Amino acid sequence: MQADLNVILPEIVISVYAMAALILTVFSGRDRMAGMLTWLTAALMTLMAVWIGMTGEGTRTAFGGMFIDDGFARFGKVTLLLAAAAVMVMGQDYMSRRRILRFEYPLLIALAAVGMMMMVSAGDLMSLYMGVELQSLALYVIAAMRRDSIKSTEAGLKYFVLGALSSGLLLYGASLIYGFAGTTLFSGILASAEGQAPVGLLIGLVLMISGMAFKVSAVPFHMWTPDVYEGAPTPVTAFFITAPKMAGLGLFARVVYDAFGGVVGDWTQVVAVLSLLSMFLGAVAGIGQRDIKRLMAYSTIAHMGYALMGLASGTVFGVQAMLVYIAIYITMNVGCFAFILGMERDGEPVTDIRSLNLYSRAHPGRAMAMLLLLFSLAGVPPLLGFFGKLYVLRAAYEGGLVWLAVAGVVASVIGAFYYLRIVYYMYFGEEGETLQADRSPVQWGFLMASAAIMLLGIVNMFGVEGMAQAAAAALVN
Amino acid sequence: MDNLLSITTFIPAIAAAILAIFLRGEDEAAQRNAKWVALIATTLTFLVSLFILFDFDPSNTGFQFVEERQWLLGLKYKVGVDGISVLFVMLTTFMMPLTILASWNVTARVKDYMIAFLVLETLMLGVFVALDLILFYLFFEGGLIPMFLIIGIWGGKERIYAAFKFFLYTFLGSVLMLVAMVAMFAEAGTTDIPTLLTHEFQFETFSILGLHIVGGMQTLMFIAFFASFAVKMPMWPVHTWLPDAHVQAPTGGSVVLAAILLKMGGYGFLRFSLPMFPVGAEVMTPLILWMSAIAIVYTSLVALAQEDMKKLVAYSSVAHMGYVTMGIFAANQQGIDGAIFQMVSHGFISGALFLIVGVIYDRIHTREIDAYGGLVNRMPAYALVFMLFTMANVGLPGTSGFIGEFLTLMGVFQVNTWVALVATTGVILSAGYALWLYRRVVLGELIKESLKSITDMSARERAVFAPLVVMTLLLGVYPSLVTDIIGPSVEALIGNYQTALAEAGAAADLAGLSQ
Repeated sequence: MQADLNVILPEIVISVYAMAALILTVFSGRDRMAGMLTWLTAALMTLMAVWIGMTGEGTRTAFGGMFIDDGFARFGKVTLLLAAAAVMVMGQDYMSRRRILRFEYPLLIALAAVGMMMMVSAGDLMSLYMGVELQSLALYVIAAMRRDSIKSTEAGLKYFVLGALSSGLLLYGASLIYGFAGTTLFSGILASAEGQAPVGLLIGLVLMISGMAFKVSAVPFHMWTPDVYEGAPTPVTAFFITAPKMAGLGLFARVVYDAFGGVVGDWTQVVAVLSLLSMFLGAVAGIGQRDIKRLMAYSTIAHMGYALMGLASGTVFGVQAMLVYIAIYITMNVGCFAFILGMERDGEPVTDIRSLNLYSRAHPGRAMAMLLLLFSLAGVPPLLGFFGKLYVLRAAYEGGLVWLAVAGVVASVIGAFYYLRIVYYMYFGEEGETLQADRSPVQWGFLMASAAIMLLGIVNMFGVEGMAQAAAAALVN
Repeated sequence: MDNLLSITTFIPAIAAAILAIFLRGEDEAAQRNAKWVALIATTLTFLVSLFILFDFDPSNTGFQFVEERQWLLGLKYKVGVDGISVLFVMLTTFMMPLTILASWNVTARVKDYMIAFLVLETLMLGVFVALDLILFYLFFEGGLIPMFLIIGIWGGKERIYAAFKFFLYTFLGSVLMLVAMVAMFAEAGTTDIPTLLTHEFQFETFSILGLHIVGGMQTLMFIAFFASFAVKMPMWPVHTWLPDAHVQAPTGGSVVLAAILLKMGGYGFLRFSLPMFPVGAEVMTPLILWMSAIAIVYTSLVALAQEDMKKLVAYSSVAHMGYVTMGIFAANQQGIDGAIFQMVSHGFISGALFLIVGVIYDRIHTREIDAYGGLVNRMPAYALVFMLFTMANVGLPGTSGFIGEFLTLMGVFQVNTWVALVATTGVILSAGYALWLYRRVVLGELIKESLKSITDMSARERAVFAPLVVMTLLLGVYPSLVTDIIGPSVEALIGNYQTALAEAGAAADLAGLSQ
C-alpha cells in the first residue's frame, strides 16, 4: 500500500491541494484570491513537472497494474503539466480584467490535470475511465466559465452532451472488451488479444478508439471542436487546445499498445484513416474561417491528424514521432494563444482575423513572432514545426504507409493557405484601423519565448528528441 | 580557415539579426543605416566567397571545404562545394550586393526589406552548399518565407494573388520531394549527399494498380524530385506562377528570382535527379527533352504577345530555362557544360534585364510597353546598356548568352536531332521579341509628353550595371573561365551516370536471362 501510494504521490499532492484550496475559498467565498491561486496552482504544477521529470526512473506499477508510471507516462505528465501551467498564467490577466476569473478556474484545471495524469498512466479500463471522466467533467465546467455569455454556456452544454456520448462509446467498448477478455487489466487484455483476436474484442477496440478520437478531436468525431473552442473564453480555449490533447494522445497510445499491442495490424488501419480524414478536413474546412479561434480549432484537427500519423505507423519510432510532434505542437499553440489573448480593441477581445490588418506596423515585434509561429504551424522549414512533420512522415514511410505520407504533405500545402492568410492580414494590409495589443508582459514573454524556440529549437530541440525516444521505448517493448 | 563556407553562408543572416535587434525607428537615418548594413554585409559575403573561388581546385571532382557536425534525428550539418555548385555560390554572392544597390530607393519598411533579402541570401547559399538531404530541403523551402513576404509587402497591385500563387505552387512541388527524401533515407539509411551519390537505388520495374513503373523506385523518386525542381525552374507547363510573381515583385525581388532562385531547379537536377536516379532519368529523358523544346517555342511565342515589359522578360526567362533542362538531360559534356553556363549567364542577363525595366519603372511608374518610345533621345547610356543585354538575351556571339545556347543545342543535337531542331527556332523567336521590345521602348521619336523630362541613369545605376556588363562580355569571349571550373566535375558526373546506366542495363539483362 505504501509503495502504491508512493507511485501516485504527484497526483495525490495536486488533488489534496485542489480540494484544500477549494474548501478554503468556499468558506472565504471570494474571487479576490483567484489571481493568487492561479499563480500558486501554476507554480505547484511546474514543481510537480520538475519533480516527475527529475526523480522518475524505470517502470513502476501501483494497485496491481492499474496505474503505470513509466517513461512514457512521465513524458506525458511533464508536458501536460507545463502546458497547463503556462496557459493558466498566460490567461490570468485576460480573465481578471474581464471579471471572469473565478477561484474555481485554477482549481478545476488542477483537477483536470490530475485526470489527465491518470489518463497517461492508465493500466486498466477502470483507471482509464476514471481519468477520462475527471478530466472531462472539469473541462465541461470551465468551458461554460462565462456564465452570462450565451456562446460560452452553449459551448459548455454542447461539449457536455457530446462528451457524454463519447464516454458512452468508451464505456460500451470497455464493457465489450471486458466481456471477451475477462479482465479489465491492460496486461490481461494484451494476453487474450495476441495473434487472432476475437471479433468482440475488436468491436470493443473500435468503440474505444471512437471515444478516444473524440477526446483528441480526430475526424469524424471532431464536430464539437470548433463550436466549443469558439464559445469558450480564450484562455480556456488555449487550455483545451494544449494539455488535454497531450493526455488524449497519450491515452490513445497507451490503450493501443499496452492492451492491443498484439494486434497492431488491426488498429493501425483505423488510426491511419482517422489521421487521413483529420488532416484533410482540418486543412480544407479551416480555409473559410474568419474567427481566429475557430481557425485554430481546425488547425488543431489537422495537427491531430499528423500526430496520429505517427501512431498509425505502429512502430517505436512512430510513437517517438508522435511525442515529438505533440510537444512541438503545444509549444506553438501556447505562443499563438499568447498572441490571440493580446488581440483587443478598446479593451474588448477581438477574434476576427481581418482585424489584424496592419498589425505589423503597429506591433512589429509581436507580428514577427506570430509570423514565425504561423510558418511553423504550416510546417515550413527551417522552423521547428517542419521537424515535427518530418518525424511523422518518416515514421509513416517506415511503417509502410507511403500513401498516408503523400496525403499528409498534400494536406499540409492546403492547410498552409489559412496560416498564410493571417500573415497576409498582418503584413500586406493597406489602410484601416489597427488593433491594440494587450500590454501584459506575461503574454508577451510566452509569445516571444515560443517564437524563439521555433527558431532555436532546430539546433538540438532542447533534448526533447532523446526524452521522446526513451518514452517511446518504455511504451513499446 | 576550416569553415569558410559556413562563414559565407551565415554572414547575411548575422547581419539580418543585427538589423532586427539593434536598428530602431523608421526615420531617414535608420533607413540609410539599414541599407548600408545590408550593402556592407552582402559585399563582405562576396569578398569572403572569393577566397572559396581562389582556393578551389577544379581538378578535384570531390567535395571541397567540407564541414560536418552532428544534428537532430541522426541528421548532419554538412556543407561543401564541388565544381557544379561553386559557381552558383559565386553567382549568388555576386548578385546580392547589386540587388541591394538596385533597391536603394525603396522607401517603405526599408529595414524589413533588407532583413528579408539578407535572410534570403543565407538560405540561397545554403541550398548550394548543403551536403545533407534534409539540410538542403531546409534551405530550399526556407527561401519561400522571405520571398513570400518580399512579393506580398513590396510588390505591385496584384501582389497578394502573386504571393499566394508563388508560395502554394512551389510548396506543393517541394513537399512531394520531401516524401521522396524520406524514402531515400529509409532505403539508404543516410541523408549524406556524397554517400547517396554512390548509392544505387532500386530500379526493378514493378506495377501499382496495374500501372507498370519502368525503372521502379528510381522513377518514382525522380518524378517526386522533378515535381519540385520543374516548378522551381520553371518548366512548361508548371511555369505559370513565374510571370505573376515576377510582374508583382519589386525590382530587387525579380532580380533575385530570375538570377538565383530559378537556378535552384537546375542545380537540383544536376545534384540529385541525374546522378542519384540514373535509371529514372533515362526513362524520363525523352519526355523532358520535348517539354523543354515546347517550353522554348511556346513561351517565346507568348513573350511576343506581352504588353508588360516585366512579363515579357519573365517569359523569356522561362524560354531560356528550357535550354537548361534540355542541356542537362542531354547528359553529355557539351549539354551539361552548356546548361551550367547558360544558368550563370542567364543570372547576369535576366538580372540585368529586370534592372533595366526597374530603371524606367522608377521614373515613370508603369511597365506598359506602349507608354514608352524614343528613350534613346534622352537616355543614351541607358539605350546602350539595354541594347547590350537585348543582344545577350538573343544570344549574339560575343556575349555569354551565345555560349550557353550553342553548347546546349550542340549537346542535345547528339541525342535527339528533332528536339534540337525545334529548340533552335527559339533562337529566332527570341530575336523577334527582344529586338521588337527594344524598338518599341528605346528607338523612334520621343513624342510622349510624360517622357519629355526623363533623365538618364544615375551614377548608382551605372555602378549596378557595370559589373554585369563586364561579366556578360567577359564570359562571352572567354568562356573557359566557367568551363575550366565545371569541366572535371561534369565529366565525373557523366562518367558515373553512364556507368550506373550500363550496370543497370547489365543487371536488367541478367534478370531477363534468368527468367
